[in-house]
Amino acid sequence: MNISVRFFASLKEQMGTDRLKVDTDFEPRTVGGLRAFLCAHNGAFSAAVQHVGRLRAAVNQDMAEDDTPIPSVAEVAFFPPVTGG
Amino acid sequence: MGKSMLKRSKVIVQEADFDMTESIRWLREGLPEVGAVASFIGTVRDVNDNSTVSAMTLEHYPGMTEKSLESIIKVASERFEIVSALIIHRVGPLLPQDQIVLAACTSEHRQQAFLACEFIMDYLKTEAPFWKKEDTDKGSKWVSARDSDDSAKIRWDAPMATPGKNQ
Repeated sequence: MNISVRFFASLKEQMGTDRLKVDTDFEPRTVGGLRAFLCAHNGAFSAAVQHVGRLRAAVNQDMAEDDTPIPSVAEVAFFPPVTGG
Repeated sequence: MGKSMLKRSKVIVQEADFDMTESIRWLREGLPEVGAVASFIGTVRDVNDNSTVSAMTLEHYPGMTEKSLESIIKVASERFEIVSALIIHRVGPLLPQDQIVLAACTSEHRQQAFLACEFIMDYLKTEAPFWKKEDTDKGSKWVSARDSDDSAKIRWDAPMATPGKNQ
């Protein structure tokens, strides 16, 4: 496993960092699985998610859903709902 | 999804301001079949959620931003008969009245360009990775996503939402 996890906007501020690495296996290997894994093993992420509320995600820079699979080498991003335009 | 007749498209993500006249010239140049240009410009307001906004910063996800905007144009071009399309979105610090975003399309007749512009903006609002942070009289805060933006996008899912498609 070589997952580069990135954070943006309010989630990044709450985390105090914009990225971390995940090299441990997690199940299921989906966006929802990774979020649950991070919530269980990373106190900062867990606290930030509670503060920010609804999150969206991208896998390799495409918008993803909870059941989107994550390849063994991937860039996964978590962020609040987008507000551009 | 129809066959695209798109001949030219571009997405630009930049801190600098943009020029509407120059953008329209780029969209039309050497395309004599074009009979219509429709455009939308979003600008910074000085008020939001009952707070006075003095400045704003736009954050984005470099790489994914460009990819998502290109994808939005592609979907629009398969759905509407547009000949050229351009999206310019600014990032970084902005002030009230500054231009934020330009979406512009050309087509043979006006309806397809109008529709494509609105479709592009509705998708951009919910799918492109930009986030606004406002400096207000009550402090600095991230802008909340609006449910109305989600519903504006969802209405395009309805099968009858593409009036005027010549097929």
